[in-house]
Amino acid sequence: MSLPAPQEVVERALAAANGGPCVVIVEESSQSEIRFANNATTTNGRRRDRRVVVVRFCDVEGGVAAGVASQSGDVDVRAMVEAAAADARTSPPSPDASELVEGGADPAFDEPPAEGDLAAFDPVVDDLAGAFDAARSSDRVLAGFLDHQTDTVYLGSSTGLRRRHSQPTGAIEMVARSADGTRSAWMSEAAGDLATVDVRAMDAALAARLGWAERTVALDAGRYEVVLPPSAVADLMVDVANYAGGQDAEEGRTVFSAPDGGTRIGERLSPLAFHLYGDPAEPGLECAPFLTVGASSSEASVFDNGMPIVATPLITEGRLANLHYHRAGAARSGAQFAPPVDNLVLELPGAGGSTEDLVARTERGLLLTCLWYIREVDPSTLLLTGLTRDGVYLVEGGEIVGAVNNFRFNESPVDLLARTIEAGASVRALGREFGEWVNRSRMPPLRVADFNMSSTSAAS
Amino acid sequence: MPAGLAESVLDKARRAGCDHAELRVERIRSQAVSLRDGEVETAADDTESGIGLRVVFDGAIGFAATVARDAAAAGDLVDQALEVARVAARATSRRVELAAEDGHGEVEWASPHAIDPVSVPLSEKVALLGDWSRRVLDAPGIDHVAASVLAVTEDKYYADLAGTVAIQRRVRVHPQLEAVALGEGGDFETMRTLAPPVGRGWEYLGGDGWDWEAELAALPGLLREKLASPSVTAGRYDLVIAPTNLWLTIHESIGHATELDRALGYEAAYAGTSFATFDQLGTLPYGSAALNITGDRTAEHGLATVAIDDEGVEGQRFDLVKDGTLVGYQLDRSIAATTGLGRSNGCAFADSPLHIPIQRMANVSLAPTAGPGPSTEELIGRVSRGIFIEGDKSWSIDMQRYNFQFTGQRIFAIRNGQLAGQLRDVAYQATTTEFWGSMAAVGGESTYLLAGAFNCGKGQPGQVAPVSHGCPSALVNDVRILNTKEESGR
Repeated sequence: MSLPAPQEVVERALAAANGGPCVVIVEESSQSEIRFANNATTTNGRRRDRRVVVVRFCDVEGGVAAGVASQSGDVDVRAMVEAAAADARTSPPSPDASELVEGGADPAFDEPPAEGDLAAFDPVVDDLAGAFDAARSSDRVLAGFLDHQTDTVYLGSSTGLRRRHSQPTGAIEMVARSADGTRSAWMSEAAGDLATVDVRAMDAALAARLGWAERTVALDAGRYEVVLPPSAVADLMVDVANYAGGQDAEEGRTVFSAPDGGTRIGERLSPLAFHLYGDPAEPGLECAPFLTVGASSSEASVFDNGMPIVATPLITEGRLANLHYHRAGAARSGAQFAPPVDNLVLELPGAGGSTEDLVARTERGLLLTCLWYIREVDPSTLLLTGLTRDGVYLVEGGEIVGAVNNFRFNESPVDLLARTIEAGASVRALGREFGEWVNRSRMPPLRVADFNMSSTSAAS
Repeated sequence: MPAGLAESVLDKARRAGCDHAELRVERIRSQAVSLRDGEVETAADDTESGIGLRVVFDGAIGFAATVARDAAAAGDLVDQALEVARVAARATSRRVELAAEDGHGEVEWASPHAIDPVSVPLSEKVALLGDWSRRVLDAPGIDHVAASVLAVTEDKYYADLAGTVAIQRRVRVHPQLEAVALGEGGDFETMRTLAPPVGRGWEYLGGDGWDWEAELAALPGLLREKLASPSVTAGRYDLVIAPTNLWLTIHESIGHATELDRALGYEAAYAGTSFATFDQLGTLPYGSAALNITGDRTAEHGLATVAIDDEGVEGQRFDLVKDGTLVGYQLDRSIAATTGLGRSNGCAFADSPLHIPIQRMANVSLAPTAGPGPSTEELIGRVSRGIFIEGDKSWSIDMQRYNFQFTGQRIFAIRNGQLAGQLRDVAYQATTTEFWGSMAAVGGESTYLLAGAFNCGKGQPGQVAPVSHGCPSALVNDVRILNTKEESGR
């Protein structure tokens, strides 16, 4: 690509700020994807992206204000700095103002961006072709998505801070449907290296699940004991993290608000000693160890750019441990600086066993595959609605005895933690609903009592 | 991009043997501003620009894109798109074909607007939102206010091998304000303005197309009333639904269900399929005789309105449901060719120069009763025990578009043909064909509103499309109402 080096963009922008307080972020991205449906590839592509964010800080009456300019491609950094400064000068003081982050330079800062390549697909494309052939010969229809992205972020500040992080992200998901469309099954796998993905094994597992569905059982709406596999748990826990804003809770408008004001930090949410946390150093889920923020919100501030991110617990031993705050918010509230982290882990220390092990210990219940179209209904309880999708199975006497119709659920993930009967070992998981945004999660399967299936769905 | 550069890229694709090639050069400027209790929380300007090239080569699709804008980078896109097509061809057995579309020569078009909303200075935006915030925050019983505006101006240059060259500008703006009122013992309620996002300029915030003064003045009182209102008794009710809520039900249960790529399984892994399968075209009873639905990429101020789509097809208006029966689908060129339906009806869109065009939703709208027709008050007057719903809030629907659940912003009891105060904790849940089959009446043209959203998601990698839905008020009988507190076990 005929663009100047990202480090050069950082330095030129900082120079254009003439030593004034300024943060520059350059994100380089290289992405390739193969999409398939009806046993054939469909929309396939590759792209190179560069996004430059300039944050300029100016003294204004009553405090400090920030102006942000963001552009893609080969940018005019001087114009961006001037635009950001103009916005800052005409803005009121920022309520999230803090001192800019000090620090030195990462040893790798001068290294070029990591490159993605279509070659990353080589290990799986031929297997995919074989899976299509096998599917056609047995009246199975495959659809799915194979995606690999390499992102490298450079952050520079007028304080001398220079940071760099490179992040590979990959995933495959696959749906198998019977030719008549009455049975379906889904699997996914997240991996930074697609060479670790075994497409033929996934296809075989999907074929087995379609076999489970050859016997069908119609069930009514109601409350059921359910086994949630790690991917379903991931989607529910992502919403716990998404709605864990400290300021929102203090203002009395979330499930984490205390009835008489303040927050529920310290309150027990589950009798089980769950830990829910993000940690950039989590083995296998490593992610950026410093903060990059292109636009302030109630939970993250452009003033905090470059702040080191450490392990951030939201729930510790079953108790609410932290809510998300930027530095200024944390200082105002006497809380801990707790920015969102690019991974999420739920674990129950000492828990072992797989989804299949939990099924084997279920006398009567439902095994779900994944959840879909999850939306908040009532913020006071974090009541979510959504649907089961691509496989609900009846478990009797510890064995799967057939496929069940789909359901709409109305449930709160916070309440589910309180009603969990047992958890298994946490494993890498990719949620069906939010996996595109939260690729790095590690979740256990859960067996939960009285899951509220509000109505049945005819979808198959 | 100079026209000569586009010609050279397309000529390289032609010489390489591509059956089709289309080039998009885009610049999408946006500005997001949000205030919380009158203080600036978010203020960010963004400009996304780049070049995307899609080819059909040897029966496979290849797409490549870059943010670099020089001649060398643009030329490289041809090689990269061909490489992608070759890799994809290794795992396919079905050749991709596109429905024929004549070249349209040079086309220039812009959505109607007076003031480019992105060009309005940040300080002016902050001042207006600050004024709105203070007015509502100063009202008794209001504890918090969040006000925001998202403004987008999208400039797109399109050229293809058929000879179409389109230069288009789409403008859109979405202002909103939400207030919070706290009650006793941790109780609280929220209420958001009902003003829809529109394909208009900054003049919209000054009152061109919406009465902001009236809405901001009424909102605090309505929210106080909502907080003091009783919780609904779950059961079955007749509903009168205002267009500020009904648009979203149309979007989810008709708009997505009549996308033929979904019905044919091309979104089976992600967005889902459709109960409205292709074999039922012309016969599926979708709803009552009052249900007449069109897809329309020409509606004035529509968020999905264009002159030329992202495959070089003219914007069109077409029937989807006629007198309650499914009669059409939304198409792109590949799907139109696959099904033998002839010409595409122009529903291809890519949300970024870096994304491949896929079939996206037209402005899908419900026709009002011709002429004056019934007013919303007259529809309410026909209900002895029911519920009136305004404004969208929570929404969810299954992957075949059968089972849906929605809530609203302002929900009123109807008793003996009159509004009888607000209700809390209300959600309505139904199956698509039963719901539309129970639609007893639609309002007249005076009740019609073009509403919509900026953020309709579809495709992998995920793409976000703006889309409008016009509709009148409607009366739907015998719908299941849930109490959301009871649903949470409380």
